[in-house]
Amino acid sequence: MTSSAPAIGRPLARADVRARAGLADPAYRALLTLFAVGVFAVLALIVWECARGAAPSLAAFGWRFLVSADWDPVAEKFGALPYLYGTLVTSAMAMLLAVPPCIGAAVFLAELAPRGFGAVASFLVELLASITSIVFGVWGLFVLAPWLRVVIEPWLIAHLGFLPLFRGFPFGLGFLNAGIVLAIMIAPTIVSISREILLATSRTLREASLALGATRAESLAVTLDAARPGILGAMILALGRALGETMAVTMVIGNTNRISASLLGSGATMASVIANEFTEATSKLHLAALIELALVLFAVTVVLNAAARLLVRWTTGGRRDVAGAA
Amino acid sequence: MHRRIRNAALRHARSWAVLLALASCASPAAAQKLTGAGATFPYPIYSKWFDVYKQKTGVEINYQSIGSGAGIQQVKAGTVDFGASDAALSDAQLRDMPRAIVHIPTVGGAVALAYNLPGMTGALQLTPEAITGIYMGRITTWNDKRIAAVNPGVELPAAPILAVHRSDGSGTTNIFVTYLSLVSGEWKELVGVGTAVSWPAGVGGKGNEGVAGVVRQTPGAIGYVELAYARQNRLPVARVKNRAGNFVEPTLASTTAAVEASAKALARDVRAPIANAASPEAYPICGLTFLLVERQPRDAAKGKALADFIAWAMKDGQGMADDLNYARLPAAVVAVNEATLASLVAAGKPSH
Repeated sequence: MTSSAPAIGRPLARADVRARAGLADPAYRALLTLFAVGVFAVLALIVWECARGAAPSLAAFGWRFLVSADWDPVAEKFGALPYLYGTLVTSAMAMLLAVPPCIGAAVFLAELAPRGFGAVASFLVELLASITSIVFGVWGLFVLAPWLRVVIEPWLIAHLGFLPLFRGFPFGLGFLNAGIVLAIMIAPTIVSISREILLATSRTLREASLALGATRAESLAVTLDAARPGILGAMILALGRALGETMAVTMVIGNTNRISASLLGSGATMASVIANEFTEATSKLHLAALIELALVLFAVTVVLNAAARLLVRWTTGGRRDVAGAA
Repeated sequence: MHRRIRNAALRHARSWAVLLALASCASPAAAQKLTGAGATFPYPIYSKWFDVYKQKTGVEINYQSIGSGAGIQQVKAGTVDFGASDAALSDAQLRDMPRAIVHIPTVGGAVALAYNLPGMTGALQLTPEAITGIYMGRITTWNDKRIAAVNPGVELPAAPILAVHRSDGSGTTNIFVTYLSLVSGEWKELVGVGTAVSWPAGVGGKGNEGVAGVVRQTPGAIGYVELAYARQNRLPVARVKNRAGNFVEPTLASTTAAVEASAKALARDVRAPIANAASPEAYPICGLTFLLVERQPRDAAKGKALADFIAWAMKDGQGMADDLNYARLPAAVVAVNEATLASLVAAGKPSH
């Protein structure tokens, strides 16, 4: 049998392998390197182009751009602080609102729900991710805003109005509305990735912990702990979407350049200002300031991403397991 | 080898096709294609004009409604044959242009104040002082006596006022703040004029639909939108006190009256604001939208084709304005434009 084996089985001559490897391997490596470098090159190009476009604004305002609250296209004074604030507040609120229930939902879908139901439900959740943002914006403006104005905000003002966080008029538009809309928009990302991670982690760990006599809740704690790096990864992706979301936020945030301590107040995010003002920005400095906003948004995303990654490393002691690799 | 022969054959065929096409054209203008870019506000009427004009003459005009700001950039870069802007260019902007640019106003537009006051019948009346006060954030409730004084017999609620403005840079905003600057020295000094300004009060909605959406959703809200948009969506709009002291409803006729009243100023400088006109019938919050045309077209044939189109738009084109809710230009301003067209020069001689 072995002597009459087909060509596949024939041991290759050393020279033969070397000759083929001599071409194929370096070419393969070069191609993959090209792809990898390409990703970085695109990133570098974005930063370079933004920095070039923002040059007049960088020169005119320097670091004051980040701490000034003035945004006056008529007087040509530009400061990003209100928009930096708006971006961080709405994203933080979206994360606070979305993360706990979404992780709960992911645990339910991965661990407790009947198999068929889990698959159907997660398909529906992922469908939510494919809805375009303007639909969420319209919903926020026409459904959520009246409800906030009539029911939620008057209640908040009446019962929690002693906190500066809940002072003001109930208009239905502002940080609260934007935070809720964003929370719904980022939910599918958190739920579906966390569920996948839990499914990848749970089997062996759960069986082992159950075999050791753990209760269901105790065994869940074990899988959740193992899945933590992956779930944090899901949250980072979700945060990225919240930071950069433009259309839906623009429709519900109220679009003012004020820094309001109250969640009922209105504001704007960096992305929404760019979307609002870019097409009609006629002066050179105005245009440059808008491009610098994009640069700042980019920097914020990088910083938060890096911080989240450090957090993962710190909480897991550098452990990389099934979930971390996922 | 085969491919090379085929390519050569194709090239020959193509050059023959070009020659044939040139020969079959009766007038050189028929082969013209023009491109323009800019304002979104006049896009509905421009696209109608371009469509009808193409059927009539074969001249094809491509227009990208990408916003006045982007339109001005394109004119500056020389990538389009003409631009369009809702705000006239400032002297500084004109100096910044590499070539001399002339303004051609095409139609007028009014900005209406739409409001949401449940239970209110009849039109709300507003004075310039009240409008400024609301948008300055100084008048904060509807039963303020500065509003109540000019609305006798109307029960105004004690509800807070939500002043809604456009969040995106827009010609509509430019018209509105131009008006506010004309009637209020304080506004002129503290806020100023532009397609986007730093609003002292209120919230912003994106686009006419964004502003109208917030106004409709929020009892006690007031916002400014294009007259065309307010009419199409049947929003209640305020009558505004004009310079002659009359409370005037925003209509196409009252807008044309405002343009007419400003004809003299426009003859001197077509960029002069027409807001707050003196005529007793004029609605005070309105403006013109402009085409930006090179005084000395780089391409003489294109320059002639563009001038021909504008001449047509000033005659036949004006008749289509009413249906699309734009205010037509009065004869006096059409005459101003015709004089401008006659002054265009291509290669040393008038192009029209």
